[in-house]
Amino acid sequence: MERNHQLLQADHSKPRLLKEKFFMGVVVFFSVLTISPIILIIYKLIEKGIKQINFDFLFHSTPDSFEAMTAVAAGEHIPGGIANGITGTLLMVLMAAIIAIPIGLIAGIYLYDNPRKKLANLVRDVADILQGVPSIVLGLISYLWIVRYVTHGFSALAGSVSLSIMMLPMIVRSTEETLKMIPGTIKEAALALGVPYHKVILRVLIPTAFSGLMTGILLGISRVIGETAPLMLTALGSNAINWDASKPTSAIPLLIWEFYNNPNMVDMIWSSSLLLMGIVLLFNLVSKQVAAKRK
Amino acid sequence: MTNENIIRIDDPVLSVQDLTVSYDKVPAVKNVTVDFKKNAVTAIMGPSGCGKSTLLRAFNRMHELYENIEITGKILMKEVDIMKMPTINVRRRMGMVFQRPNPFPTMSIYDNVISGYKLNGIHLKKSEKDEIVERSLNDVALWDEVKDSLTKKGTFLSGGQQQRLCIARALAFNPEIILLDEPTSALDPIATSKIEDLVVKLKENYTIIMVTHNMSQAARISDYSLFMYLGELVEYDKTKIMFTNPKDRRTEEYLTGKFG
Repeated sequence: MERNHQLLQADHSKPRLLKEKFFMGVVVFFSVLTISPIILIIYKLIEKGIKQINFDFLFHSTPDSFEAMTAVAAGEHIPGGIANGITGTLLMVLMAAIIAIPIGLIAGIYLYDNPRKKLANLVRDVADILQGVPSIVLGLISYLWIVRYVTHGFSALAGSVSLSIMMLPMIVRSTEETLKMIPGTIKEAALALGVPYHKVILRVLIPTAFSGLMTGILLGISRVIGETAPLMLTALGSNAINWDASKPTSAIPLLIWEFYNNPNMVDMIWSSSLLLMGIVLLFNLVSKQVAAKRK
Repeated sequence: MTNENIIRIDDPVLSVQDLTVSYDKVPAVKNVTVDFKKNAVTAIMGPSGCGKSTLLRAFNRMHELYENIEITGKILMKEVDIMKMPTINVRRRMGMVFQRPNPFPTMSIYDNVISGYKLNGIHLKKSEKDEIVERSLNDVALWDEVKDSLTKKGTFLSGGQQQRLCIARALAFNPEIILLDEPTSALDPIATSKIEDLVVKLKENYTIIMVTHNMSQAARISDYSLFMYLGELVEYDKTKIMFTNPKDRRTEEYLTGKFG
């Protein structure tokens, strides 16, 4: 009996332990593999980009090609910076958010409130489809609507419209999902106090869901902040700081594309990408913080 | 329709006449006629699905939240049909407390108590608010426990305390009737007995109608009992009489545990 017991232990535990170690190793290996691109990207961007980031870079507009060329030839830093891109991104993302947030919240509330209505199903399906539409197609649509008929030329407004269409489905669905997670008993509590339905939504459900709604909005913003393709067809770009929504405007990703096409400006690609990456990461981290707070 | 197993009450605070409530044309409450006694605890009993919660929710028109619901008959509060009153007035005069404690998670204990005023946009002076909060929390024996933490979130309290906070929230409006929908089913025995003591105390100033599937609870704290089965009101009597001498066979079988 005792011998049997020892046999069992000796025969089975060792290969089992080995197997466990092997699979643990595989899991760790692939986990590290998954995060390695982001580490490599950040490392490369800092290595190549950090030397160009200084006061001028953040607060001056893009230099023209000739200035850049002479600086490169003399072995100096390229003068000027990407202030026109930073302000353009700020302007367009802000306008996109102003367009998309109210529409997205209202549509999301409607979906939450009438989950089985035909129109709700249609809106939900369209939102899902919209999420899969290539961003350059959204740029084309905005070109057709805004560039041709509203601003009669490339403009920040056209850029923000294309970005807002990209943000919209994310806000709609996250609003619906967040509201669904609030226990129905909270809604009942408010209604039992005689609170009218619209006030229940505005003063009870939305405050309760606030951090969830913010998470959706912040993720939506971080998603569009790096978009390039739709802006090429709508905002075009500009070498000067522009706050006029009806004029062509630059953006950080647009500048990266321009620098890429200009051999004298290659150094600026890395610093601009580093900044863009930093902003996107910041939005992601903040939205994670907001999401964690509600637990 | 008269039924000798259903007693009549003089000068009722709430009078239900031939009430039928149907979901998708299927009746959940059938032709119920019943009066409720002022300053008494009335328990509504019955097995699951007998329509007891549906009946209770019709009283303050919470049934209107559901789609495809039809209601016929009358519910009179001092001779006035509540179906013809503005919903807010009905719900201010009949406070409701639910199975699970549901304080508003974004609000402090203080704000939870006066949330009925806040959310309805009724402005009060600071002194009036303080007075209502203190009175309501005193009524539910919670004031001494929370008076130093009124600014903390309502969800910070224990389950039993949360439920007493929810009762305080209902009391803040000074209602005439308090509707309790199985208020202790999510609570532990100690918290349950506190709520039961509270209910008995509250009937001095309020009329209490309580749904329960806990027969011993009904026996302990109610003055009148109502037994429902498959949407019908089977029997209605003083609790002592019903528990010692039920008239209908179905009531007797339920009370002796033959089904339920």
